[in-house]
Amino acid sequence: MSYLPLPCSNPAFRMEKSPAIRSQKIVPLWRDERILRILGQVVFLVLVTAFLVYLVRNMLVNLNRLGLGLGFDFLPLTSGFDIGEHLIPYGRSDTFLRALFVGFLNTVLVSGLGILVATLLGLIFGIARLSGNFLIQSLARIYIEFLRNIPLLVLLFFLYTSVFIQLPRVKEAITLPGPVLITNRGIAIPWGIPTETFSEYQYILGFGLISAIALERGLTLYSRRTGRAPLGWLWGLVLFVLVAIFGWLILPLKPLTLDEPVVQGLRLAGGRQFSPEFMALLSGLAVYTSAFIADVVRAGIQAVGRGQVEAARSVGLNGMQTLRLIVLPQALRVIVPPLTSQYLNLTKNSSLAVAIGYPDLFHVSGTILNQSGRTVEVIVITMAIYLSISLFTSTFMNWYNRRVRLVER
Amino acid sequence: MNRKVFASFALIAIFAVALAACGGGGGATPGGGESQTAVETVEVIKTVVVTVEVPAPAGTPQVKIQVAQAPGFGDTLKAVQARGNLICGVNGQLPGFSFLNPEGQFSGFDADFCRVLAAAIFGDPSKVEFRPTTTQERFTVLQTGEIDVLVRNTTWSLTRDTELGLNFVATTFYDGQGIMVPRDSGIATLKDLEGGTICVQKGTTTELNLADVMATEGVSYTPAVFDDINATYGAYGEGRCDAVTSDKSQLSSVAKGLLPNPDDHVIMDITLSKEPLGPVVRHGDDQWFDIVKWSAFATFAAEEYGVSAANVDDARSTSTNPEVKRLLGLESDMGLKLGLTNDWAYNIIKLVGNYAEIYDRNLGPDTPTFIPRGLNSGYMDNGLIYSPPVR
Repeated sequence: MSYLPLPCSNPAFRMEKSPAIRSQKIVPLWRDERILRILGQVVFLVLVTAFLVYLVRNMLVNLNRLGLGLGFDFLPLTSGFDIGEHLIPYGRSDTFLRALFVGFLNTVLVSGLGILVATLLGLIFGIARLSGNFLIQSLARIYIEFLRNIPLLVLLFFLYTSVFIQLPRVKEAITLPGPVLITNRGIAIPWGIPTETFSEYQYILGFGLISAIALERGLTLYSRRTGRAPLGWLWGLVLFVLVAIFGWLILPLKPLTLDEPVVQGLRLAGGRQFSPEFMALLSGLAVYTSAFIADVVRAGIQAVGRGQVEAARSVGLNGMQTLRLIVLPQALRVIVPPLTSQYLNLTKNSSLAVAIGYPDLFHVSGTILNQSGRTVEVIVITMAIYLSISLFTSTFMNWYNRRVRLVER
Repeated sequence: MNRKVFASFALIAIFAVALAACGGGGGATPGGGESQTAVETVEVIKTVVVTVEVPAPAGTPQVKIQVAQAPGFGDTLKAVQARGNLICGVNGQLPGFSFLNPEGQFSGFDADFCRVLAAAIFGDPSKVEFRPTTTQERFTVLQTGEIDVLVRNTTWSLTRDTELGLNFVATTFYDGQGIMVPRDSGIATLKDLEGGTICVQKGTTTELNLADVMATEGVSYTPAVFDDINATYGAYGEGRCDAVTSDKSQLSSVAKGLLPNPDDHVIMDITLSKEPLGPVVRHGDDQWFDIVKWSAFATFAAEEYGVSAANVDDARSTSTNPEVKRLLGLESDMGLKLGLTNDWAYNIIKLVGNYAEIYDRNLGPDTPTFIPRGLNSGYMDNGLIYSPPVR
């Protein structure tokens, strides 16, 4: 009887303890953190869905009350209006759908060119901002600070009403060598008109492009193996140009004839003409966004350690080489993600075209909305198209981002 | 990850709307056979008895109107009376029709028709809230009930009358589309515009007529489309376009108001289209439709019978013409039939004027925006302004 069992050796004690442990493990459902977390998300999703359903229902009920239905059956109907600038043939007897497509292409054109020019300008001013030269650095700083701090809409109005519309009238057109005609009706440049042999020439160009890429790849591999750097892209370009010239010469008929713009009475004729609206929108979007891109580029370059530059200098690379081979590849990792959002901004900002009358997607959809009376549908389509453009752009940029990230070692 | 989640939400939202849209479209087609269709059909056929009690002015017998009416009947008038003012959608940029005058008041032909309504409803023409609208938003703000009536040089067409869920009430101004060119351009016919650029305002019937006429005539041209009046005429004034097209009334009034040298521009002797302009109301409230319609007709009738703001009090006490007596509420109960008071037309004439007075005040020979009356004369002067009988 004097025997006192140790707790651990007492099976009864263990038996007592274990249900307590189990009850600690089996938390009731309403206090289980994992379940609560999932439940929280479900509740949130249900609430959001219910809210959306409520909004849509509310809209449908109100539309019904007015005797208006929703539907996309108006899209194949004749639009009845003309559009000033179209990349594909378009006239009043075409459909609303085609009109939307014309607007979409105009948006893609102005955003695509805008992104290109903005990136170039941004790169130049971003690097200039870090220059040791006081004049260059100050000019870049003024450019960036000025453009970043005025609203884009104001800039567009300024460019349109005070620059492009104020250019000389057609009678007093400024003629630059080329000839490039500059008037307030637009800017006209010489442009090639395809002839019968143009399609054959396209094949030749395609062949040239493929062989140039193959040469560049080959030379890059060669340089990796041997350590010599034979400038792959330059030789590729040379090959492409050679093929292009050769193709031009062997074809019996020139694939393109040059169409020079001329002043014809009160109008411009021939060549490729860019309307003042297009020029104002393109230049406004490009310089405005370039100021932001310049800052992104500057931040990227500054993110590369000073030691990297000093090391590059000490192994004998010159300034340009340091920038191209050492700084930029590392800076790109920092630059690309914010650059993506600048590209998206530019694309979305192109809808301000409506203020100066360039027929972009939003401008055309506004007209369609008014002529067809289908407000909700047209707005939904327009949103969906902008969303698709943006998602496509960011998918592409994310892909590029992953690619440049591999450079990191 | 974040972006992905966000993108999926956006997609869900878009799909939800798109799906709903398909559902609505299906339901609207007759014989869809779904339960939703059945519900809608019931709603359309269902009528309710609305008892409209109208406070009549002293001296007139109390009347109770009891008629079978569709739902929505009388809602607009009730809402307007409860609010205490009329919200009237106007252009706001068009001299002679509706624009802010130097005193900060909206004035013009369209603005006065808003006042006509306010006078008919409240006996006070100042109880109007003017809401300037763009061509693009004008129908939407009316559909959604943001405004009670749209009096904004809007052309009556079949599509707009049906597809938009709106009713055009009456034509208060018969217009036609014209083309204005600089005087020194030497452009005289449509053929002279071959290859040219024409400024036009976005979302207008003008834009459509231009496309139609140019296609018919086989003249190729480039439209330069702008969002508002100032931008359109601003661009034309700077020589962006060879010509500008719009309703002739707008061309002549704007040319005088917005262009730097109005005498350097000339309206071509071509009329591209018929442009009947007038007030617009929503579908679904026939009482309101009647009120707006007969308020406009009252101004026509007053001109026809020679009743003006100056002599309306005399006419009320001395006139023996039964038409005039009915109009002024001395005989019968025309105002009560509309859901208004019997002196509705008297108030319109006394406080705003008859059609001729409204026209002369805003577009007459003494105004800077003079437009000859032409088609807008009374029918007795070979015009088209004609009121059905007030009886």
